[in-house]
Amino acid sequence: MLERVLTPLAILLGLLAGVPASAQGTVKIGVIEAMTGQQQSTGVQTVAAMRLYMAKHGDTVAGKKIELVVKDDGAVADNSKRLAQELIVRDKAAVLIGFAVTPTALAVAPLSTEAKIPTIVANAGTSIITERSPYILRTSFTLAQSSVIIGEWAAQNGIKKVVTLVSDYAPGLDSEKTFTEAFTKGGGQVVEALRVPLMAPDFAPFLQRARDAAPDAVFVFVPAGQGGTFTKQFVERGLDKAGIRIIGPGDVTDDDLLNAMGDAVLGSVTAHMYSADHPSAMNKEYVEAFKKANNGMRPNFMSVGGWDAMHLVYEALKKTGGDTNGDKLVAAMKGMAWESPRGPISIDPETRDIVQNIYIRKVERKNGELYNVEFATFEAVKDPVKAKR
Amino acid sequence: MKTDATPPAAMSESAPILPAPLDTAIAAQLAARGRWSPFEILFWLGAVSTIWLLPDHHLILTEIVIWGLFALSLDLILGYAGIVSLGHAAFFGVGAYTAGLLARHALIGEPVVALLVAGLAGGAFGFLTSFLVLRGTDLTRLMVTLGVALLLREVANRMAWLTGGADGLQGITMQPVLGLFRFDLYGHTAYVYSLVVLFVLFLLARRIVGSPFGLSLLAIKGNPLRAGAIGIGAGPRIVAVYTLAAVYAAIAGALLTQTTAFTSLESLSFDRSADVLLVLIIGGTGHLYGGLIGAVVFRFAQDWLSAATPQYWQFWIGLILVVIVLVGRDRIGGWLAPLRRAGDRLVPWRGGRDGGRP
Repeated sequence: MLERVLTPLAILLGLLAGVPASAQGTVKIGVIEAMTGQQQSTGVQTVAAMRLYMAKHGDTVAGKKIELVVKDDGAVADNSKRLAQELIVRDKAAVLIGFAVTPTALAVAPLSTEAKIPTIVANAGTSIITERSPYILRTSFTLAQSSVIIGEWAAQNGIKKVVTLVSDYAPGLDSEKTFTEAFTKGGGQVVEALRVPLMAPDFAPFLQRARDAAPDAVFVFVPAGQGGTFTKQFVERGLDKAGIRIIGPGDVTDDDLLNAMGDAVLGSVTAHMYSADHPSAMNKEYVEAFKKANNGMRPNFMSVGGWDAMHLVYEALKKTGGDTNGDKLVAAMKGMAWESPRGPISIDPETRDIVQNIYIRKVERKNGELYNVEFATFEAVKDPVKAKR
Repeated sequence: MKTDATPPAAMSESAPILPAPLDTAIAAQLAARGRWSPFEILFWLGAVSTIWLLPDHHLILTEIVIWGLFALSLDLILGYAGIVSLGHAAFFGVGAYTAGLLARHALIGEPVVALLVAGLAGGAFGFLTSFLVLRGTDLTRLMVTLGVALLLREVANRMAWLTGGADGLQGITMQPVLGLFRFDLYGHTAYVYSLVVLFVLFLLARRIVGSPFGLSLLAIKGNPLRAGAIGIGAGPRIVAVYTLAAVYAAIAGALLTQTTAFTSLESLSFDRSADVLLVLIIGGTGHLYGGLIGAVVFRFAQDWLSAATPQYWQFWIGLILVVIVLVGRDRIGGWLAPLRRAGDRLVPWRGGRDGGRP
């Protein structure tokens, strides 16, 4: 009788105690990513790039062994916050990386400050994130960076009337606002501003309204992974036949999904910080290694965020000589500059946000596959929202 | 049940067959139902001991407590009154947002008072919507509750100026509990606080379902027409228990907001309603502990599997749920029944569960 009670109890306790105490020479990196749900592709891409970085550069830095602890938050902010807390308290993670969408990063910000944990945003793109905690840095992009540039480009390149269509949450509103400012300043006109619910979106009714407004182009921002649905419905509603072009930040012509979108996206012009087609030796090697390690999956703009986040951690640890003190790590990360598969990038020492080239690209067919082909470069772009203040 | 066979109260004095006057017999039976079994005492001792035994796991334990309370609230209507609901998250969300807004705008800083206010808000909403579940069959109720929750979620999504919309309610700072205990990073305060709230509400629920009112609910669940025929009106009782369950769910939601200093549309989502139903069904309905046991199993399985395989854990969860429901005859609560009976046999004063000899 007693045994029957004690055995399961012992097993349960054993399971609970199964997390080993962090060894002296190990640095744990807590990864909070959307490995399931709608933003799944972001998590899969980012974590794959992080693992690729470790495979290429070894898992030991400054005498410390690097260990990734990957947690799935399904892009739900409630989960992210709890997971961050557990990673800090239970796993004793020294750094947090990830955050597929803005709300998840915002939810974790107070914890980063309280626990003094360097937190690297590898995906989310709302400008305010880095202002929410002095321990937050970013290796992805801000939507304002590309939205301002595509706004200026559109105004100068014969696009007069635009309908904006964005996901109804912080980054969508960021891109809508910054694009509209830049575009109208250049003489363009936004005839309608549409906002689509973030989760489980149906674009069809919005696209119908966009079509009725008969613009030259639709400016669109949807989070990574939703671009496929968007273009499918774009074609179904006949917007391509009505001669309406797609412009926007590059989230919509996501490299991961681009090939499946078909000819409807040919000629779409977007501004973004990474294309798998970026013509550099480093990127060629990156794309090849990434595809090889991941069953032929093409790396997208989210993946480079993960790659560079790992680079930032590795280099910072080298600088501190393996010291994982949060303040020292953040200090080491500030102002760091390096060559990424996307081109030269750096961390702005004042805002802890990323400074990078923004490329204007056009979707073209190359060797039978669709690519965002870069044709103009804006160098060392800071986040325009914070630069304005 | 014994009471079914006894004659009406007016005849009791002239009926010597009865071992005692009827009211005494009923009182004895109610008292027997209300006694604490060793299983229950062990359960709560175990829960309290985790405060010292598992200090590293207070975060997940807090969440388990909150899920347990939420499932308990669903058990009140499903297990005792037989009302199926696919929209129980509506009340959870009302509580979560009430507590969040109170703290964010510093209207009521003290968490315990805010918790009560959130409970009242949920109760008020529960009272209003309870009239919708009075009529109709299970299917109607499923649709109505689901609809109410979906509506509420969309309202919260639209009112982004108040709720933060899809970005969630940011910027909540929590004051210390009773002005004394600060919420710490390790979740110690949060756990003890949630556990105390759960225990107090559990005691209350236990008292209520063991009362004549609770028994009348079971009668309604068994056969509403027959219950009506012997003078137990379903309407007011369903309104009462539905409101009570709404209060409980709202308090669970408020606890989640207070212990995480955050809330989002997820607290109103269909997934949350479905998950709580799952938790309750895993643990077994109609005995208060089902929700608590279900929460322990569900959350630990989720935590363990998602750590083991971050990308495919949902597949394994699904598989385990199917197996549990197919294999476990009376769910996990039922697997523990032999244990409970053994406990009862060990203790002579406990007697049988049906009252037995006084």
